[in-house]
Formats: sequence, structure tokens, C-alpha cells
Amino acid sequence: MSFDRIREKLNILADAAKYDVSCSSSGGTRKNNNKGLGDSHSSGICHTYTEDGRCVSLLKILLTNHCIYDCLFCVSRKSNDVKRAAFTVDEVVELTMNFYRRNYIEGLFLSSGIFKNADFTMERLLLVCKKLRLEQNYNGYIHLKTIPGASDELIKEAGLYADRMSINLEMPTEAGLKLLAPEKSHADVIKPLDFVQKNIAQFSADKKLIKHVPKFVPAGQSTQMVIGATPESDKDIMYTANAFYKNFSLKRVYYSGYVPISDDTRMPVLGTQPPLLRENRLYQTDWLMRFYGFKVQEILNDANPNLDIDIDPKLSWAIRNMQHFPIDINKADYKMILRIPGIGVMSAQKIVQARKFGKLRIDQLKKMGVAYNRAKHFITCVDSPYQLKDYQGTQIKAFILAESHSKYLKTDSNQLILF
Amino acid sequence: MIYVFDGSLPGLLTAVFEWFERKPGLVVLKSKDAFQPEAFTEVFFVNNDAEKADRVWTGLQKKIKKEWLRKFYCSYLSEIPEAYQHLFQFTIYIFQNEKGAEANYGNNDVMALSKYAKSVEREKHRMEAFIRFQKTGDGMFYASIDPDFNVLPLITNHFKNRYADQQWIIYDLKRKYGLHYDLNTVEEISIDFSADVNKKNPAAILMDEKEELYSLLWKDYFKSANIVARKNTKLHVKHVPKRYWKYLTEKQLG
Ligand code: SF4
Repeated sequence: MSFDRIREKLNILADAAKYDVSCSSSGGTRKNNNKGLGDSHSSGICHTYTEDGRCVSLLKILLTNHCIYDCLFCVSRKSNDVKRAAFTVDEVVELTMNFYRRNYIEGLFLSSGIFKNADFTMERLLLVCKKLRLEQNYNGYIHLKTIPGASDELIKEAGLYADRMSINLEMPTEAGLKLLAPEKSHADVIKPLDFVQKNIAQFSADKKLIKHVPKFVPAGQSTQMVIGATPESDKDIMYTANAFYKNFSLKRVYYSGYVPISDDTRMPVLGTQPPLLRENRLYQTDWLMRFYGFKVQEILNDANPNLDIDIDPKLSWAIRNMQHFPIDINKADYKMILRIPGIGVMSAQKIVQARKFGKLRIDQLKKMGVAYNRAKHFITCVDSPYQLKDYQGTQIKAFILAESHSKYLKTDSNQLILF
Repeated sequence: MIYVFDGSLPGLLTAVFEWFERKPGLVVLKSKDAFQPEAFTEVFFVNNDAEKADRVWTGLQKKIKKEWLRKFYCSYLSEIPEAYQHLFQFTIYIFQNEKGAEANYGNNDVMALSKYAKSVEREKHRMEAFIRFQKTGDGMFYASIDPDFNVLPLITNHFKNRYADQQWIIYDLKRKYGLHYDLNTVEEISIDFSADVNKKNPAAILMDEKEELYSLLWKDYFKSANIVARKNTKLHVKHVPKRYWKYLTEKQLG
């Protein structure tokens, strides 16, 4: 391949792919049993981070940015005046193999604009996967976009080679989607998500009965919603996310703060800052749902349709529900300990193990990684100072904000540091 | 009372054995590199004894969970002088208590090991992430590192399993030894770098002809993947501390 041409293609097709924020390489189970190249690392590996602080784990590219559709929120939309390019199947295979061999990446994330039609596109994506797996003995990670509208046979075959598949919801509600992409609907996404999910379930049921069942999308499915391009509330967004987690057993939902790329009047104007803090709060809510035992209705409801910007959702919940506090560290259920602001999953686990050996003191909690200055408002342990006053939630919020003022205003956009 | 051992794992384990034989009360354990004679403190030099070390190790295996054996080993690999003391006290504590005592995070030594292990595991994980191989003219994939802790023993399996169909070398410049995988087994090697060889970048002529292309494509990719509107240098540096930049192809100029 010619040096300059391949560089140009990579620049165009990596640039067009970057708005898909998922870069996770987790959940894979593939082993390098055939003495080929690569395997899966169960929790994934970030090989580097972009200058905006996002994990780079996969070679994330489009096969082509030619597209017959005209979705307003997308750089590759038909009407957009950008340079177009297309990789050949072999070019993608060679890039993947050579990047992987140098330990640059965990694998490939392949997506594509729709050229000609859905099946034509899906066929080529499938071809890349097959070449990697069957010809190159490649066992590294593959995240493949399911092309909505592609035939069941193609999607099912792709599932035999990919570790993860995903289709983006794009907008959190049908109304939002219709506004910016009239040709599309959530139903187009739901159908293939459901089809893949049913197959995953079928394969794992077979596995219990038969010994050698091939892998089928072992790392599961994910989706992405664009945040802030359309006027949905945080409640709308998280209720949609919750429903998709439940109905399609998704591994992840990604929230991507809209980066203005169009001057259409239906969208935020060019140059508007992407809503990074909001995005961060949504991810925190997502974590609370998945790892902290919160129901989405506890965090967002008609009385509280949007997340607080100045404090994280766990603290917001605690302050709204002071009747549960203070919690006795030496007695309370693990479930309740998880709900204390300033205590994460790791320290909660340490607490319940350690208290079997004797009642815990403040200095021990600190050593276990508890953010004591935050947690102290919500807990008692053996040597907790005697509290004269019963503080109100709003007062506690003021204390905590005063203590960590600068930290909140300059919150790192993608980081879940506030727990 | 000071116990001095040679810095090796068998040495450390032998020290524990000797303590139980003598029960001298409070003991400070030092490696011989860190040891400085003090006028009024009694000193005992531990003589490595494979059999005694083995007995202590087997005892530990019986008493603590597998993940804690790993934490023990990781703490040892940290090479931090105070870690030896905690390892020593931890082992005594474990033998003096019922099974399951390692879950007592209220105990100082338990907590200390848990912390050392976390740092060492993080460094191990960083090496798995940040190592960049360069393909040399004879088909060898080469990378050099100088990790904060002695993590080569911990990363061997990862690289062996993953890069099973290519020969590779990972060399620890600080500790002057490396791993070489020859398509069958991994062996420890040491390389005698003559003065005029640049350790980090073996001269360009020794490289595979495609090496430059792929490192260039990777740098391009790194630039393309960035979203300028989201720039966040603080977060970037938090994830990739500057001391690791020297490993990263994408961080080299040109
Ligand atoms: S179909 Fe996909 S690639 Fe094409 S314009 Fe819509 S979002 Fe972009």
C-alpha cells in the first residue's frame, strides 16, 4: 500500500469514527489456544489516552465514511462537505495485525457509513472479521457495529467472530431522533439488538447442554446516546438507558456529550462547549444503577428530573434522604454502606470484612480508602465525635461544597472521582 | 534486635522461620543493602535456607487465600525497604492467628500489604498497557522498560499468552535483566549494551523496513482520535503520568 494514501485514509476514517465514545475492550473471553496472535483481557486494557483524557484501547475506524443517509448529528452525513475515503478489507486486516503486534491496541472497533445498502456494508464488515479470525489466527478483541437493516443471516454470522456488537440509539427519545434523522427510528435499533440478544441467550443455553458451542458475542452488546443535541431531560435519558439495560441485557450504555459539527438550526450552534459535566453526572448515575444497587427512580423522578450539577448523584440522593442517616458502620448492611457518600465498592467490602475482627475506628476507615471528610456527615463508628446538632441536608451540602470547592468546579470531565 | 537478610524472597521467609525458633520479641528486618550497623542494637544475620523458606511458604499457602499469596508476592516485588518489615510482621501475625486473619483490614500490616500490592499491580498493568514493541530487522519484537517496581515476573504470562506467534524481548534497563520469548518458552536474559548502542532505540538500520510506517500510522491515529473540543490535559496526564511518556510511540516527536 502506498505510504501517503494509507495515511490519508487512516486520518479520515479514524477522525470520522471518534465520536463513538465506546472504546472498551472488556468482557472478552477469547484465549489464544491456536498459538496465534492475541487474547482477551477480561477487564480490558487502555493502551493510551487521548489528550482529552479518553481511553484508547481499540483501533477505532470506519470502513468507509461514504453514506447514503443524512443524519444531522453525524459528520459522515451525505450532505456534509468532507473528504471521503474507504479502506479495503485487506488494509483493515493489515493495520489491525500490525498495531496489535506492537502492543498499541487491544483490538479493532470497526464501524462504517452505509454505502449502497445495509447488507452490502455488513458483508464487508463480516469479511474483515473472518479474515482476521480464520486466516490470521487473530484472537484479539473485535467490536463490530451491527448495521441496522442488515439481514439476520449476516448479523448472526458476524456474532460468531465479534466479541462485542453495538448499535447506537443516537438520541435518547424517538422524538429527538425523528427531529434530526427523520429516516431513522428506535425500532430499527431495537430489532437487531433484540435479535442478537436472543442469539446470545440461545448460545449460552446450548453451552450448558453441549460441550463445544462456538462463542457468540461473548462480551455482549452496547449502545450510545448523544447528549445535549436535543432537549431531553436527564430523567428521559436514564429511563431509556435503564429500559435498554433491562430489556436487552446490555453491557454498557454510553453517553456522548454532543460536539457541535453542524450549523443546522435544529442543533446547538458550532463552537458550543460539549456538556462534559452533565455527561459525567450521567455516567455516575449509570454506575449507581449498575454497581451500587440504586433504582433509577430513586435518583431521577418527576420531582427531580435533572441531576444536580454542583454535587454528584450519590450525594444528592443522600441529602434528599437524610432519614436513613447516620449509618452505623459497625452494624449496617453492606447494601446501606454502599450508599454512604465517600465510600466506594472497594472500601465497603473492606469494612464488612474488617469489622468481624473488632469495631472500626475513624483512622482505620481512612486507611481503607474512605473519603472521611465526606462520609463523616453520614456515619457513626466507635470513636465518632458526639454530635450536638442534627444538621439538615442543605447544611451538609454547604459544608461539603465549601471543603472541596475548587475540585467541583474543575471536575474532570470523564472521571468518576467523586464517590 | 535487627535481622539482616539478603533481599531475596527465600531470605525473607527464612527470617520468619528463625524468628519462630528464637522468639526474640520485636524485630526490625532489613535487607543487607539497607542495613547500617548501630552501636547498641543486636544484629542477627539470616542465612538463606531453602528448606526453612519452603516450610514457611507452604505454611502461608495453607493459611491464607490465593489472592493474598499474590498480594504477599507483589509486596515483595515492590522492593520498598519498609515493605520487607510489613511482610515479616504480616507472616508472623498470620501464623499466630486463626485462618482468615488476612481479612482484618484494621491490622496495620494487612493494610500495608494491600496497599503495596495495589501499587505493584498498577505498575504491572501499566507495563501491559504502555509497552511498545519495535520490530527489528530479524523479526524480533523489542521493548525496553524501567518500571518503578520489579514487575517482569508478573507480566511474563500475559505477554507469553498474547504474543505466542512472534519472538519478543522485554528488557528492564533499571534491573538489568529481561525476558526473551523464542516461540516456545520465556527465558531470562541479560544484554551487554556496549557504550555506543542507544538502549531505548536500537539504531534505525536495525529495524524492520515497515517499522517506521506503522509507528507513523499509530502517531497519526493518536492525533485523529483526539477531540479538540474536549481537550483536558489534566485528566490526560493523570492517566498517563509523564514518566511513562518515554515508552509511548505516540508521544515521540516527528
Ligand atoms: S447512517 Fe450512520 S454514518 Fe450514515 S449519516 Fe447516519 S449516523 Fe452517520
